[in-house]
Order: sequence, then structure tokens, then C-alpha cells
Amino acid sequence: MTARAISEVIITNEVGLHARPSVKFTKLAKTFPCTVEFATSEEGPWIDAKSIVKVMGAKAPKGTRLLLRAQGEQSTTAIAELIALVERGFDEGGGHGEPR
Amino acid sequence: MASPGRIFGQAASAGFAHGPVHLARRQGRAYVAKSTPERELQALQLAVEAAAGEIASAMSQLSGDAADILEFHLAMLEDGSFSATAAEAIGAGATAYDAWKAALDAEIESYQASGDAYFKARSADLSDIRDTVLSVLTGDTAHAIRPGAIHVDEDIAPSRFLAHDWSKGGGLALRKGSVTSHVAMLARARGVPMIVGIGDSAIEDAAEALLDAQSGELLVSPYPAQIADFNDRRTASQAQQREADALAPHPAITRDGESVQVLVNIADPGDVDRISVDHVDGIGLMRTEFLFGGDRGLPDEEMQLAAYRKVLDWAGGKPVTIRTIDAGGDKPIEGYTIAEDNSFLGVRGIRLSLAKPEIFRVQIRALLRAAPHGSLKVMLPMVSVPGEIDAARAMFAKEAADLASADVIHQMPEIGIMVEVPSVAITPARFAAAAFFSIGSNDLTQYVLAASRDNARLSALGSADDPAVLSLIANVASFGKARAIETSLCGDAASDPEMIGLLLGTGLRRFSVAPARVAVIKAAVRLWSGEGSVK
Repeated sequence: MTARAISEVIITNEVGLHARPSVKFTKLAKTFPCTVEFATSEEGPWIDAKSIVKVMGAKAPKGTRLLLRAQGEQSTTAIAELIALVERGFDEGGGHGEPR
Repeated sequence: MASPGRIFGQAASAGFAHGPVHLARRQGRAYVAKSTPERELQALQLAVEAAAGEIASAMSQLSGDAADILEFHLAMLEDGSFSATAAEAIGAGATAYDAWKAALDAEIESYQASGDAYFKARSADLSDIRDTVLSVLTGDTAHAIRPGAIHVDEDIAPSRFLAHDWSKGGGLALRKGSVTSHVAMLARARGVPMIVGIGDSAIEDAAEALLDAQSGELLVSPYPAQIADFNDRRTASQAQQREADALAPHPAITRDGESVQVLVNIADPGDVDRISVDHVDGIGLMRTEFLFGGDRGLPDEEMQLAAYRKVLDWAGGKPVTIRTIDAGGDKPIEGYTIAEDNSFLGVRGIRLSLAKPEIFRVQIRALLRAAPHGSLKVMLPMVSVPGEIDAARAMFAKEAADLASADVIHQMPEIGIMVEVPSVAITPARFAAAAFFSIGSNDLTQYVLAASRDNARLSALGSADDPAVLSLIANVASFGKARAIETSLCGDAASDPEMIGLLLGTGLRRFSVAPARVAVIKAAVRLWSGEGSVK
């Protein structure tokens, strides 16, 4: 079995997993060799985090709980970095998603 | 050799262009089915690659929001998911055209069904992606305008206008179109020659043509003598413009020694990159529809804040008047406006903003947060009863209180109104709660004369020099003067040197004009005197 990582995060930026955030999210996911998937509930469906069509298709607004899992090489780093991106509000500026 | 054809239209954006005709072939091109599913698949792959290449090259010429949107389109195209769905359909016997269309249509439908306005608005992006590939498949050239060409089309979308590089010259001759459309405003702002309403005349693709958007005519396959005459007119016009340009940095002072403020209208934050701040007295109108419209979808608070701040930073303390979203009427926005039979008399401007507070409040927050960065004024469009000012003010106050409790830096800007509905122009005293008045002469004219401004057949009826319109403008100007409420005019009339004398005659001393017209309008002001102007 290869390495497996799983974690979750809440989307806090105003528009959710919208166009620009999705571009950033998939671009980052693609930098890792492992598979990366996400879901909005434990029952799935699990969605390929490297496909912008599928990521946008999830239409996840602000407040969505995002479950993330990765399998393979660098899976822990992949999950950590993706979660950090969501927590930073996708670097859209203005401090959205900063815990207060 | 074809004999010259002279085609008349309405001048929408002054200027001259000499180049080959580029005829848009939007309809009439059917997709030719290939002999095997393998060939269909190959055709689709090539078309997707070509479309991606087109977007990538357009992207390299842009920056900021426009580039971000194209990057998103490119990522969607390169994703492979749509191709995979289409490939399955091709395997089942569909043509590449039908398969691609079905795959995207299904996706578009799911976006349109979304309850979230931000996602709903993205269906426009998917339509764009769908059409780009379909036009490559049918060999339709509508998507690629050659630099320097005179583009002949039914109409053109603002996003396509923005994506094209106009620095190599060229212009637009539209069969339909309107002088008050957003594309016409963009063309005027950027000095791209454009005429509209040329009708269905047969025009040969790639023919040599002269576009004189001063007088509103297109001359196809001209004789050498006509070219020489055209060049003379162009040279004379350019000399006049140069003369005016030389004086552009200087203030506009009438022959009587009265100072007149000349500000500019902008539609896109990027417009300020082409305007010298020393030549103008500020921004009299920044439209925000383009942040919302077309393939950009509904912008979030940060994106709006960045756009407003860019303009405030550029202005360096000079006043910047930002108009809250003025959608509806002839400016529909997917996922936001309501489809109506009589849209000019419908839910548009402030009416729509108040009806959709969840979207309006995002703009309000961005404006409140932008205000500390300069001299911001906020303008409400389409106000027709005083209660609309109160309702908007209450929303601003509520959002300001929210920002204050979250310790976010913000400031309450001055809140004024557009004067474009006759009710305001007839009884301005009822609207004295407004911090300023800005007369929107285009809409005021169409409402006073009951002549829809997007109806080409009524163009003879809709002119701001109508005595009824001028009398209302004078009414607002004199009320503003008596009560010290700043009053200006930001409609197209202010950009017309022939109109400036009449407008100065109504008592107005503050105008907001298209960027390319600043120098000419200042020159016209300098010739004017209350005793009668010199020609």
C-alpha cells in the first residue's frame, strides 16, 4: 500500500470554489504525483481535485465542508498544502479565512 | 475589379481606418460530418487544441482580471473532461460537433440550475468555451479578427472587443449595433473607429475599405482618388486633434473666464492606464457593469475592492465617482438581471440592486472599504423616487456598522444620484438628500421623448438637443446651483463638441466625457462665451 492522507477544511472565502480559486486549487493539486480527491460528504462522490471541470462542477459555495484525500507519493504534503490554500482564502486577499 | 460601394451607417466612435474588410461568418456554416468515428475524434482534438491556442495568444496580450478569466477558460478546455464525455458520444455515432455541443450544453444547464448566483453566472463562460470550439470545427472565422482589419459583423460582444488588439488600427462596421451600446462606449474610450446600423448590404470579404467614422460611412473597393480624399480628411482631422491634444493638460476656461471641470467616463479599471491624470479633473463616471458582465461572472468583494482601489490610486486624490451596478435595460447580466418585455422601463439600475440585496451588499462593502483610499463618491443609477436614496443609504449604513464591528477599515463616501428619470429632473428639490446630481442625458432623452435608444429606426427622435430635454437639464442645473448641490452631466452629449455650447447655456459647468474626447471638449469650452461662441 502506498501512503494515504485524509483531512478536511471549511471554505471561508466569499464566493467559494469559484473560477479563480478553482484554477489555483487544481494547479496546486497537479504539482503532486499522488492522486488527490475531494468530497463534500463522507459518502462521496469523490471528485478528482486535478480536474477543473469537476472541481467547478461541485459548485461548492462559502461554508462548504471539504473532505480531502490523497494516495501515493507526497500525499501528506499534497493534503497539507491544499488545506493551507483553502484556509488562506485562495490568496484572494483581504484576510478572508483568517481565523479570528 | 468591383466598383466602389458606399455604405452609410451611424457614427458610433469617431476616427478613420483603412484596411481589408473582415467579414464575420457566424451563421450559414454547417459542420461537415467525417467518414468515421476516428476521424470525428481527431477533428475534435484538433479543434480543442486550436481553440486553446487562440485563448492562450489572447491571454498573452492581457493582464489582470481579463487574463484571469481567459486562464480559467484555458484550464477548462485543457482539462479533458469535456473531451472525454464528447468522445463517448462520438463512439456512439455522434459527430464531433454534436458531441461537443451536447457535452457543454449539459454542463451549462447544470450551472444555470445552480441556486448560487456566482456559479449561475459562470454559464456564460461555458457558452464561450463551447462556441470557440464549435466555430473552429465549422471553420467559422468569426472568432479571429485580423489586426488592422475593418470588422463587419451583426454586432460584437464586449468581451470580444476587449480581447482584440486594436493598437494595429482597424475598426468596426456593424450591421445592427447601437451608438449607446457598451461596445460603442468602449470604442469611444479607446478611440477605435466604429459605425453602426449599416444594414444588410453585400460586402466582399477581404476587400479594401475605408472607414470614415466621423461622417459614418464605409467605402468598399475605393478608387485611388477616393483614397486620396480620405487621406486628406484623416490628416486634417488628426491635425485638429493634435492641436487640441497640445492644450489638453491646461484647464478648460471659457472666453468669459469661467472655469469648467472636465472629467472622464470609464468602463473598465484598466482604462485609466491610457489616461493622463493631469489632463482631467477626475473620474465623473466609473461604470461597474463590466466587472459583473459577460464572461467575468459576478465578482466577489476582493475583486471589486481591487478594481476600485486601482482607480482611486491612479486619481491621486482627484474625485472618483463610481456608479453602483447599472444592469438591466440594454445591459443584461447572466445570472443577475431579469428578462423583461419592456426592459428600459423595468427592473434596472438601483431597482435591481435593491431587489437583490445579497449581490448589492457585496458591492457596498467593497465601496466602503475603498473609500479611505481617495476621494470616492458613489452614484446611484435610475433613481425615480426619493425613497430609493433612503433605502440605499440604509444599506450602506448597515454594512458600515458590520465592517466597524469587524474592525475593517472603511469610510462612508458621498452618495449622489444619476438624474436620468424625468421624475427627478422635473422635481429635483424632492431629491435634495443626494450629495450630488449627475445627469445621464442618454436615458433622460429616451424617457422624455419616449424613444427607445436601442431602436435604430427612432434615432432621429432621440437627441439631447431637444428643447424639452435641454429645459429639464437647465432645471436641474439651476436647482443644483441654488442649493449648492454639485451638478454635472456624464451622458454622450458631453462628449460632443457641437453640444457643449448648448449644455454650457443651461448653466452646467461640470462634464464627464469619453477619454478620447477630453482634448476636443476642452477646446470647444475655450471657444464658448455666454455672449455667443465663436466658430
